[in-house]
Amino acid sequence: MNIKELPEIEYIIPGTGACAGCPSTIGLRLVGKALGENAICLLTPSCAVASMGMTPKTCYSFPALNICFASAGASGGAISMALDPLYSKKRLEGEKPVVFAWVGDGGTYDIGFQGLSAAAERNDDFIFFCYNNEAYSNTGNQRSGATPQYVPTTTSPLGKEMLQKNVPLLMLEHRPPYVATASLAYPLDLYRKVEKAKSIKGFRYIEIHMPCCTSWKFPAAETIEVSRLAIRTGSWLLWEAENGKLSLNGVTAALAEGKRKPLPVEEYLKAQGRYAWLLKSPDKDYYIGNIENNIRRELEFMAGRAKL
Amino acid sequence: MTKVFDSGNVACALAVKDVGVDFVAAYPITPQTSVVEKIASYIAEGEMDAKYLPVESEHSALSAVAAASAVGARVFTATSSQGLLYMHEILHYAAGGRLPIVMANVNRAINMPWCLYVDHQDAVSQRDTGWIQLFAASNQEIYDSVILAYKVAEEVQIPVMVNYDGFLVSHSSMPFETLEQDKIREFLPALNPPWRLHPQWGGTFGNVTPSEEYVPYRYALTEDIKKAGDVIVRCSKEYERLTGRWHGGHFETYRPEGAEYFLFSMGSMGKEMEIAVDLLREQGIAAAGLRLRIFSPFPEEELAALLPTGAKLLVFDRNLVYGSAGGALLQLAKAALFNRRDSLQVIGISLGLGGEDLPASVLVAKAREMMEVCK
Repeated sequence: MNIKELPEIEYIIPGTGACAGCPSTIGLRLVGKALGENAICLLTPSCAVASMGMTPKTCYSFPALNICFASAGASGGAISMALDPLYSKKRLEGEKPVVFAWVGDGGTYDIGFQGLSAAAERNDDFIFFCYNNEAYSNTGNQRSGATPQYVPTTTSPLGKEMLQKNVPLLMLEHRPPYVATASLAYPLDLYRKVEKAKSIKGFRYIEIHMPCCTSWKFPAAETIEVSRLAIRTGSWLLWEAENGKLSLNGVTAALAEGKRKPLPVEEYLKAQGRYAWLLKSPDKDYYIGNIENNIRRELEFMAGRAKL
Repeated sequence: MTKVFDSGNVACALAVKDVGVDFVAAYPITPQTSVVEKIASYIAEGEMDAKYLPVESEHSALSAVAAASAVGARVFTATSSQGLLYMHEILHYAAGGRLPIVMANVNRAINMPWCLYVDHQDAVSQRDTGWIQLFAASNQEIYDSVILAYKVAEEVQIPVMVNYDGFLVSHSSMPFETLEQDKIREFLPALNPPWRLHPQWGGTFGNVTPSEEYVPYRYALTEDIKKAGDVIVRCSKEYERLTGRWHGGHFETYRPEGAEYFLFSMGSMGKEMEIAVDLLREQGIAAAGLRLRIFSPFPEEELAALLPTGAKLLVFDRNLVYGSAGGALLQLAKAALFNRRDSLQVIGISLGLGGEDLPASVLVAKAREMMEVCK
């Protein structure tokens, strides 16, 4: 399959309130194509809500419910579960829709984590998408649990001291049937993973890396290029796991197997304004050394996990 | 119709089973626990055709039933005390979403310090969330109020909270009667909501909304809650015609004939008050009991119309409005009577907090103290 063979139907109507180059809109567009028209969407407060249009206008053509920030884990499984008796009691007819939640990293890593963890543990039947732009971009770029080390935000003005969590891995160890990571630079990989998730029953988690031009400070036209650099430098890893069996995908697999050398991480950092202070720092080598050590460690860790 | 001798929590669970709830999500908390345990066992044993989601918190419980309600399911949850407080954000959300959720709140004191026993601080502190709040005082009234709550919630599209006192009612066994399925169906037809979150209906809900659309939406909610008081009384009368059971309209009055002092309360205290009224009548005092059944919307006009000339309203609050004299009922009663019945005397106290025992003798003594002040 090539990108021109993706379904032509669009679930995001042009004229959204999103910024130029918005990764969430690109991602949701692809997800919509893979899930099809029989889908119900849940949204938590985020750019995806702020940009959908003000009542009574909307840019999403799938049915969507805006829920509270910490609610996605509970509401997703509830909708899917509540639909079952409605179909069995013949109050609804036809094929049961697929239920998915579209949640930012704040709603996933931070305020929504408890509900998410519980939904995964219960194996609730819906797909939880985390669109991870590594900050609270909607409120003007505050730090989240997904913000990487050294990144300055309005609430970590000197650069965040600690590393981000590895939430996809945490989800994997909840032992649901399907967990995957994805990148906008590899849309067919993303499309395949969403199709795969759609074919599975139970809790499914897909996290998509979402370089955000406004928070990360790069030109709007470079969203895909920055996404690609994240993969090629090993800063974001592509993998999927079915029933706990993990496999690394594409470039990430080649990096782990040593078939391909990662690009120097500086290539990725210098594409973004948020690391400008670090690149100008007299301690630049120290910082970059730490970042590269972490990349190596994560790659080795996930390659080892793939052998289980 | 089956006669049952069991606890208030079982009366609640039986009503949930009998009305044909599709979906339940709940988190255990004392003294609510046996409601949800009972429902889980009905579902597990095939006595109830519904799904049960054992969520990890009350915030998730109400998030779950709100979303399930949005797809058109008849839903239920139950909680108490801290659990109700933890739901606070979603209480507002559910009312704003006009979702016909029914929830039982088994009243319990709130932290800190920890206390397991009854008072009404939990429910009273959620007054302004846009929910209808009923207070039941017996196991029969719990069973009937849950059925009534679905009827009302689905007609006015506003969630309803059915409150009853922790332990005193939730864990006390009393005789009560259930209702046959055909009569319940006659009173409460299958849920057919005007909109659903579903591809067959389409639409996006809860989007960011400009002020000019937000304002009429909010006013519609408060106007509809105001009107819901009459809907509750009309549905109660319809239920009475079907079952012969009547627990009162906005209020349940006790010995109002020729009364001068009206002893105003809600929850199980209102039942104990009947004994207190008998004792006061024996002492030659013209006392009456006035038990509030609908806390929200507070029946302002009905209270003003009910009290005779020269009546004195003695308010017994099982809650505190911190820093003020008395509690929420006192404030609401005063607001209701101001400019309507300015000549009436209104006085109140807060008592019975954290399960403090309130036998009729104590109620009589407190009533007499207030009568002294009225003179």
